[in-house]
Amino acid sequence: MSDEPQVTDSELQAYADGRLSEERSRAVEAWLAARPDDAERIAAYRRLGEELRRAYDPVLDEPLPDWLGSSRAPRPRWHRLARIAGWMTLGIALGVLAGWQLNDSRPFAASRGDLGTAMAHRAAVAHAVYSPEVRHPVEVGADQEAHLVAWLSKRLGTQLRAPKLEAVGYSLVGGRLLPGENGPVAHFMYQCNQGTRVTLYVRTDLGGNRETAFRYAREGSVGVFYWVDSKVGYAVSSADISKDALLNVANAAYQQLNPP
Amino acid sequence: MDEAERLVELIPRLRRYARALVGDRAAADDLVQDTLERAWAKLHLYRRGTDLRAWLFTVMHNVHVNKVRATRATDPLEDEMPELAQRASQGDALMVRDLDRSISLLPAEQRSVLLLVTLEDMSYDEVARTLGIPIGTVMSRLSRARDKLRAMMLGVPASGKLKLVK
Repeated sequence: MSDEPQVTDSELQAYADGRLSEERSRAVEAWLAARPDDAERIAAYRRLGEELRRAYDPVLDEPLPDWLGSSRAPRPRWHRLARIAGWMTLGIALGVLAGWQLNDSRPFAASRGDLGTAMAHRAAVAHAVYSPEVRHPVEVGADQEAHLVAWLSKRLGTQLRAPKLEAVGYSLVGGRLLPGENGPVAHFMYQCNQGTRVTLYVRTDLGGNRETAFRYAREGSVGVFYWVDSKVGYAVSSADISKDALLNVANAAYQQLNPP
Repeated sequence: MDEAERLVELIPRLRRYARALVGDRAAADDLVQDTLERAWAKLHLYRRGTDLRAWLFTVMHNVHVNKVRATRATDPLEDEMPELAQRASQGDALMVRDLDRSISLLPAEQRSVLLLVTLEDMSYDEVARTLGIPIGTVMSRLSRARDKLRAMMLGVPASGKLKLVK
């Protein structure tokens, strides 16, 4: 072999990539002509390269996901801010929740210490966490309302209903399943034309039969109307509308959920 | 055209590379998204007139390395991968189906080099700058990546000089 020109492995790689000068290409070809195994190996490298491009080049033509935006620059930045805002909201909510759990002397929890109050608090936290969501406000959308209600009913072990709130200006966005104190909780989200959101929190893990009057609680910026009927507890929350406006919505929900 | 516009134009290429790099579509788009966030935040550090594509792929490389480091378990370590069982048969259909998996079994540093050369058609020099490694390392990783991929895909033994002596 020593009488032949030397070919390095780097040159073989460059040859496989078609990046050698004409002169060096010819030298490599002459070298490979005497070595069928190496020639087969380099041919395989080229085939693998073609396979790779055939497999992945179609990604170039895939439509971009919404969050990537098809054009202008600032979108990812908005998205980033939205994500940060989301985490901040969650952090505040968890902080509020932790503070409430650690400090029983807070007036909100201490006022009665009953299950209804605790539920109102959890509903307020759930509202604070999920209502600012832009991308994933709900798990199942209103376009699949029958499925949503059937699913949540099955998980909570009782027949639920998503009240119709169009009469008071709100339509269903969808819902999600949440962990409660002792079991699953259903969370329905509604939105008005201006984008304001109201959430309905439903729990069935209260145990025993009890009833409460229609009550109001306030946690930070979130107002909550809540009531317990038999073993089902309901809470209607919003951060963006007045107490009177929220009462109007809560009344509409109450009348449908607890028909006289 | 300003950097932001050119950066947006490079998104499909970032996605192609990411898809081949991490395999899973959702994970790949997460990587692209994290890369873009980092790139927007650091765009002021990009030096005008230098290669924006290399800069952007460097950002992606760093983001990816950090992610892999955070979830160490699944990434094969360089040169510690046992020889894979050789396939008894071969065929084009098998070849396409196994490509994803075979690439995922390459050590990460070899995978990056192979994909930048093959999909991005970067020069070896550009790859070296993008990944921050000497060009000699680029060549040796490229060689080993191809050898392993060929062994996995075509069921032939890896070439002599890289194998352990029996």
